[in-house]
Amino acid sequence: MANETPKRSRPLSPNIQIYRPQLTSVLSITNRITGVILSLYAVVLVAWLVAAAEGPHAYATVQVVMQSWVYQIFLFVCTFSFFLHLCGGIRHLAWDAGYGFELGAIYASGWTVVGASTALTAITWITARALAG
Amino acid sequence: MIIRSSDEVPRVTALKRFPVPRNLGVSPESRIERGRTWPAPAGATSVKALDIYRYDPDSEGNPRLDTFEVDLDDCGPMLLDALIWIKNKIDSTLTFRRSCREGVCGSCAMNIDGTNWLACTTFISDLATPATIYPLANMRIIKDLVPDLTHVFAQYGLIEPWLRSKTAEPEKERLQSPDERSKLDGLYECILCFCCTSGCPSHWWNGDRFLGPAVLLQANRWLVDSRDEATGERLDSLEDPFRLYRCHTILNCTRTCPKGLNPGKAIADIKKMLIERRS
Repeated sequence: MANETPKRSRPLSPNIQIYRPQLTSVLSITNRITGVILSLYAVVLVAWLVAAAEGPHAYATVQVVMQSWVYQIFLFVCTFSFFLHLCGGIRHLAWDAGYGFELGAIYASGWTVVGASTALTAITWITARALAG
Repeated sequence: MIIRSSDEVPRVTALKRFPVPRNLGVSPESRIERGRTWPAPAGATSVKALDIYRYDPDSEGNPRLDTFEVDLDDCGPMLLDALIWIKNKIDSTLTFRRSCREGVCGSCAMNIDGTNWLACTTFISDLATPATIYPLANMRIIKDLVPDLTHVFAQYGLIEPWLRSKTAEPEKERLQSPDERSKLDGLYECILCFCCTSGCPSHWWNGDRFLGPAVLLQANRWLVDSRDEATGERLDSLEDPFRLYRCHTILNCTRTCPKGLNPGKAIADIKKMLIERRS
């Protein structure tokens, strides 16, 4: 009886639509998303370097774009992504070596990644502003 | 902020669910609709509302979310007691699996307030209001809260969860020192409730080929058992980009295990074994 072919296909229970976002899953997908953002930023970085190599005129054009507020926000997102991905990557390396799998350690290292990334981004931007004068 | 054990009830909920549409990417037959409300019997003073996923394979409708009001003075303290109370007093068609009522059989595993856990070890007082009860995530549903576990049990059979030996059988027991036996601690206690596997996003996206944390924990149980002699063959069958290596250390499994086990660590140990045998 239990193995009769059902008359219609069985529905799939909801997964991401109802599952609780937890530090584990949120930091994991954030690591992936920041990786994608950094890949896009790499293209922008190369464009900037090529413009620098092309000479003062090309560089000046690119500088105008880079000093716009739109680009500043993009750059902030990229620096934050960079530090999140860096700290998250170190956390992954520790896991690959076998360290930090107890639930308490998972949560402690997770919040450390968030805190360290925020602090490093703040330090970078404050230092950059100070150096720019 | 720091959760040290999977049975801790989180004190703060920043987000109850990911900010995606309620029926994101859901096929037409799986779309959940609003169901009916079943009020508590007259005279009930302390009442708890539960939103429960319902699906009837014998009628034409889609799955729906019914709201039941439970009289807390009339039923036991656990969520399973509430479900049994609803089945006895309100709607006898509510269908769910249950057996031991003490957290050792794994039958009543379901998604409670967004997290996979056992109904019989969930206090009603720890539930949200209204509590949301869904079946285990990303499973084909037979009826109401009963998932079809055929596929995950087939994945379990794939790792050959029995003692494999080539040497002759000993006269009495296969001997094992206390140290060797202690390697099985944290692995043998698995009750195969599949809370971890159905909470693993990698299993959601690649569940047809990725074995999932429950099965991989059991694979590790047989790999570290000193009496088992097929370690090389077991590792060979696991060394596959999908069977093992879809695990990206998301660690939802360790977060949700109702027995406090650590499938994430077990999987990392398997990966370490595979690397160490290359050198």
